Amino acid sequence: MSESVSIVIVSHSPQVARGAADMVREMVGEEVQVAHCGGNPAGGLGTDVMAIKSAIESVYNQKGVAILVDLGGAETNSEMAVEMLPAEMGERVVICNAPIVEGAVMAATEAAGGAPLEAVKATAEEFLS
Amino acid sequence: MKTEFLRAAIARATETMRAHNQELTELDQAIGDGDHGTNMQRGFDAIEASADEISPLDLGAALQKAGMTLVTTVGGASGPLYGSLLMSMGKAASSEPTDRASFAAVFSEGVDAVKRRGKSDVGAKTMLDVLVPVLQALQDDGGDAVAVARQAADEGLESTRNMLATKGRASFLGERSVGHLDPGARSSALLVHVVCDLIEESQ
Repeated sequence: MSESVSIVIVSHSPQVARGAADMVREMVGEEVQVAHCGGNPAGGLGTDVMAIKSAIESVYNQKGVAILVDLGGAETNSEMAVEMLPAEMGERVVICNAPIVEGAVMAATEAAGGAPLEAVKATAEEFLS
Repeated sequence: MKTEFLRAAIARATETMRAHNQELTELDQAIGDGDHGTNMQRGFDAIEASADEISPLDLGAALQKAGMTLVTTVGGASGPLYGSLLMSMGKAASSEPTDRASFAAVFSEGVDAVKRRGKSDVGAKTMLDVLVPVLQALQDDGGDAVAVARQAADEGLESTRNMLATKGRASFLGERSVGHLDPGARSSALLVHVVCDLIEESQ
């Protein structure tokens, strides 16, 4: 089977992360693997580097992983998580500069068609232009 | 000596974050999302909980472990930012700094890591507005190191008041961020003071 780029959704809120992941599955189906995480290590609003790293690892494949984040700390913590992955894995993981919900749906749609990681990222980021 | 210093530094930094939790939270409520006080306290509480493990380590290893603890427990951008500061200082401190110049060299690696992690520099209303002037004061080699570092931290902190935020959550506020001290600059200044106080007391 041909693999698709996977999606990881990182929000400050566990509910937002789950809701965005639900929307992706509803709209794009199950062929794209989606992981989500939200909340700080104490369970409050925020993000958790180790949880992000685990989420990436849970859906990682050779085509790569596109991460969608909501606000500043989610991006910084995601960058940290990517750097903590083995180098050959980390270079196949990108953070998209896109709105979290729209970006995730667009990225997953592109990924479902078998597009490479760079194209998935570019499609997610079209919302900015 | 070093173990005692590290143990005291951990205790003092944790105590300081606890004492200023509310103040940092209020500064962050004004221009951010109001979690800086609790995030910093959670991070330092976790370091304090590992104080018995961290304190006996070489300075380099101790800084790296403390930094990694912040990365994994803080839950906001300040985790990777302060974590990168300490971890990069730890990597640079393979041999223990013995004087002002060697400490400045180690600190410089940490400050560079914060710049890279935050994709920022002085003038953006961030912790770098404290860290960079402190580094420059140490590198300049004039005056008493502890005194110039404290003064640079205080002036750097105050300089953030009238800056326009261009990084982080505060940047969403645009002009409305002007007139407020930056919470990250405040926590950095507090930590600079903790280290300065301990160095002074140990002399």
